[in-house]
Amino acid sequence: MATSQIGKVDTVVDAKGQVCPMPIVMLAKAFKDLAVGQILMLLATDAGAKKDVAAWAEKTGNLLLETSEEGGVLAFYLQKV
Amino acid sequence: MFGSTPQPPQIPPAKQPEQLAPLPMPKEMTPPATANRMAIVLFSGTIDKLMSASIMATGAAAMGMDVEIFLTNWGVWAFRKDDYLTNTRVSADYADKRGVLLEQIAAKKVTSWMENLEGAKEIGSVRITACSHSMTLFDLQLSDLEPIVDEVIGVAAFIERARESAMTLYI
Repeated sequence: MATSQIGKVDTVVDAKGQVCPMPIVMLAKAFKDLAVGQILMLLATDAGAKKDVAAWAEKTGNLLLETSEEGGVLAFYLQKV
Repeated sequence: MFGSTPQPPQIPPAKQPEQLAPLPMPKEMTPPATANRMAIVLFSGTIDKLMSASIMATGAAAMGMDVEIFLTNWGVWAFRKDDYLTNTRVSADYADKRGVLLEQIAAKKVTSWMENLEGAKEIGSVRITACSHSMTLFDLQLSDLEPIVDEVIGVAAFIERARESAMTLYI
């Protein structure tokens, strides 16, 4: 598991092994149930996810707090705005 | 041997035109607001292209865009009830890659194009319509198609939706 400066994570979405567009779909779905201010951690291995998640956060106006990578697994920390 | 190259005539630098205030646009000429929508003409019924179309639609839905998919010809054919369960057609120009593609889809556990479209409908506003002309050609009713198809419409109705859309794809 990737280490992070983010203390509390409210929801974890595991999209490891999922191919584009599934990581973004799972992220968008999970965000619907999130309350404003809550933090979601998304795990993904799809190479496209790095740019996709950043683009998604920018377009939807949510915050991408942190991205880390460990052993081929990308971890994204996102906060609902 | 041809003598010296003639020098271009010296042109004084052009005067910067004065900045003019934009002309007020009459109300009736105001262009229609561009809808935050992706329109797709889905003509193909081969899984390679259905896959691409479904990923485009899903991506757009995830990015907060509305999606309007207009099925025509083989697009309609591919949405006949239960057909997707046995559809393994690929584009004829890549027929030699069909085996590899099917193997890879199974090996990488890629979600099917139908699952992608179902997912797109869950996260966004996605409307799938079928071309009435193709429905007549193939002798089909809306009830003969997968329930994911919302409606049968004519080309004019789709063109109107596409005209307002931010982008239109033909797949």
